[in-house]
Amino acid sequence: MWAYTLRRLLYGVPILLGVSIIVFALVQMAPGDAASLLIPPEASKEVADQIRAKLGLDKPVYVQYVLWLGRLVRGDLGASTVTNMPVAGELFNALGNTLMLAIPAAIVGFTLGVCLGALAAFNRGRILDRVFSATAITGVSLPHYWVGIVLVVVFAVVLNAVPAQGMGPAGFPHTWAQFRHMILPVITLSLIPMGVVSRLVRANVLEILSQEFVGSLRAKGLLKQQVLRHVLKNAAPSVLALMGLQFGYLLGGSILVETVFNWPGSGGLLNLAIFRRDIPVLSGTIVAIATIFVLINIAVDVLQALIDPRIRR
Amino acid sequence: MRPFRISVKCRRSVLLSASLIASVFLACEASPARAGGTLRIAMTAADVPTTTGMPNNGFEGMRFLGYPIFEGLILWDLTRSDVPAGLRPGLAEKWVQDKADPTRWTFTLRRGVKFHDGSDFNADAVVWNLERFFNPQAKQFETQGAGISRARNPWLKAWRKIDDFTVEMSTNRPVSYFPYVVVYLLIASPAQFDKTGSWAEVAKAPAGTGPFKITEVKPRVSVELSRNAAYWDRTKIAKLDKIVLFPMPESTTRLAALRSGQVDWIEVPPPDAVPSLKQAGFEIVTGVYPHVWPWVFNMARPDSPWRDVKVRQAANYCVDRDGLVKLLNGLAYPSVGFFPKTNPAFGKPKNVYAFDPAKARALLKEAGFHPDRPVKAKIMISTSGSGQMLPLPMNEFLQQSMRPCGFDITFEVVEWGAMLVALRNPPTAQQSLNSDAMNISLVSSDASRMAGLFLGSSLPPNGTNWGNWKNETFDGAFARIERSSDPREIDEQLRRAHEQLVDDPPWLWIVHDGNPRAMTKHVKGFANAQSWFQDLTLIDMN
Repeated sequence: MWAYTLRRLLYGVPILLGVSIIVFALVQMAPGDAASLLIPPEASKEVADQIRAKLGLDKPVYVQYVLWLGRLVRGDLGASTVTNMPVAGELFNALGNTLMLAIPAAIVGFTLGVCLGALAAFNRGRILDRVFSATAITGVSLPHYWVGIVLVVVFAVVLNAVPAQGMGPAGFPHTWAQFRHMILPVITLSLIPMGVVSRLVRANVLEILSQEFVGSLRAKGLLKQQVLRHVLKNAAPSVLALMGLQFGYLLGGSILVETVFNWPGSGGLLNLAIFRRDIPVLSGTIVAIATIFVLINIAVDVLQALIDPRIRR
Repeated sequence: MRPFRISVKCRRSVLLSASLIASVFLACEASPARAGGTLRIAMTAADVPTTTGMPNNGFEGMRFLGYPIFEGLILWDLTRSDVPAGLRPGLAEKWVQDKADPTRWTFTLRRGVKFHDGSDFNADAVVWNLERFFNPQAKQFETQGAGISRARNPWLKAWRKIDDFTVEMSTNRPVSYFPYVVVYLLIASPAQFDKTGSWAEVAKAPAGTGPFKITEVKPRVSVELSRNAAYWDRTKIAKLDKIVLFPMPESTTRLAALRSGQVDWIEVPPPDAVPSLKQAGFEIVTGVYPHVWPWVFNMARPDSPWRDVKVRQAANYCVDRDGLVKLLNGLAYPSVGFFPKTNPAFGKPKNVYAFDPAKARALLKEAGFHPDRPVKAKIMISTSGSGQMLPLPMNEFLQQSMRPCGFDITFEVVEWGAMLVALRNPPTAQQSLNSDAMNISLVSSDASRMAGLFLGSSLPPNGTNWGNWKNETFDGAFARIERSSDPREIDEQLRRAHEQLVDDPPWLWIVHDGNPRAMTKHVKGFANAQSWFQDLTLIDMN
């Protein structure tokens, strides 16, 4: 198991290298650079070129990339071209803020998804199946930023029950004042994972319920809950893989939800960096998110192997 | 003789009167009555503007994190809302242009001014800040701030300290409007940089001389300003205790924050929300200010339809400005020139543009265009951007309303960054994507702006006369403006220059933004200056 895990970790290195090269190249393809966006429209090209040179943006792209990679290897993510602030600080703040929403959204979304999917499968063809399936499809289909806006209008503007935007008091959330700010964005973010997981769980459970061993379990006299436990355990590996991917997406931050709720997460940071052509922030954020994706997938693979020993073989 | 006795009633009256007199006296002696309070503002900026003393995020950054905290030698006079904002002494008590050598300007600095960190303001601080923006070899050189400052001030050539309270600046040619660019050079405390050694650290606790000081910075979340009770201008001590600024780029989020009571003031409310905001008791504040939203005609291409002045005039007679203002629910004003019509520099041009399709068609006919041969033009527009208002629906409105006149308009939709790159390159360059015009909003405050946008010598890459417009009368008037020191002559020539901008239009004059903001009724004292900037010291929250 350790050798398997180590091998997967080593595979992550060329993946991250490839991701960083692609990001660097893609940003270069967009017109303009940080210097163009930094200075006012009335600036002449001469001023823009001077600032570009001072920021090191006049060097060939491959030289800029190698310099950046050299700093990354030493643990230095550099400084934002636009604000001069260390990228590491901005990035970890943003990731922390995204985690504050991603973890509860994942818990809510995955729990509801598993419950709705399992209940729908066990009540196949009945009204409950239709209701739970419709709920799941609605969660996946509705644009979540639109849902967010509607929730804000109803609960913040009309009812004034929760704040419309922002994170509230700083720090690790442990007060009601902080939790209040999280309610609407967490609900909004949990919709898609809920819908996607629910659909997969329903399909898997239905498939497993049709297998012979389930009949044997019933014939042995197991209670419904005990049969459910066996069924869910068999459905778990593929559902876990999906949850891993969904959690990765949540950690990448939803720019749309973060914009609606003015939440300073990693999605917003990425979006800002793209529009500003702030390459140090952009590259650092992408590599960080890619690393998280890789680690999550490794964790999911390990978990799957623990649940289902057949996978190890 | 009976002893003199004061009756009890009399004693009480005397005591009461004395108390009243004492109360009045004490009230006069005490600090001016101040309502105070905290004003929470939602900005359109996507991020907190930089707090080093030269904020990014355009003029919104300057409005909230520039002038309230950091000042220049010259400041905007924001006390009146009936005339365009002029200039007034700031950290310099006066400035004089040398009659013998009009490229030299001498600034007499104000004495007794301290930065928020307690250090002294003097000529050394001024020179230090000029080095910060204009000397790449200086240890305090700030690249980001330099880019912004140098863009706004392309004429500063040299500077020197004469004595502790006198500084001399030199320009690369005589420019009478030099004070209008000095106003953008903000002075930050050198002591803060010397203490920390890096602008990233200074940004956490910067120090200026303004009526507010920055007391808390939460990156990407908010900035808190507090009243500077020791401000040098005792007539402008801020009424507010605090201002908290939030970056909120999404208009619906700003709207929700205002409606739910999280903020007191939002910049640029969505036009669709204006009627409901008014109904709910919020105040919508608009006003004339020096912003213009035009199409910049590309006259560089040999086959450009805009090379014929009749076509450009026809286009200007073909714009339904009132219809567009109605589309925006009154958050804009018709533009028929670079300056608003109420500006004294507007002059008396021969053409007074109004929506007159018949006149437009007649002009096009004279230019050789007719219904079977409309003017075909591709306009570069952006999806969003600083000052761009609502570019997509506004341009679609123009496209539809100009078609009956004989204009067949298509669009090249680009991202804001791509548009800025195109603006800095010749209009025939690849970056302009063969566009016949560009829809980019620009500042229209004073002669310094006109110089960069319209002089024949300001063609890209040396300036932003992107359309390659050339007008000898305009250039001649401007040459006289730059060399003159007579305010009357300058005003007269400015009017002449502006008349050329209207009669030989380099741009399609469409609208001026109305500088809209929405606020709760608790926000009192706001005087909407005709400026990109506002005086926040007048406001209180009752």
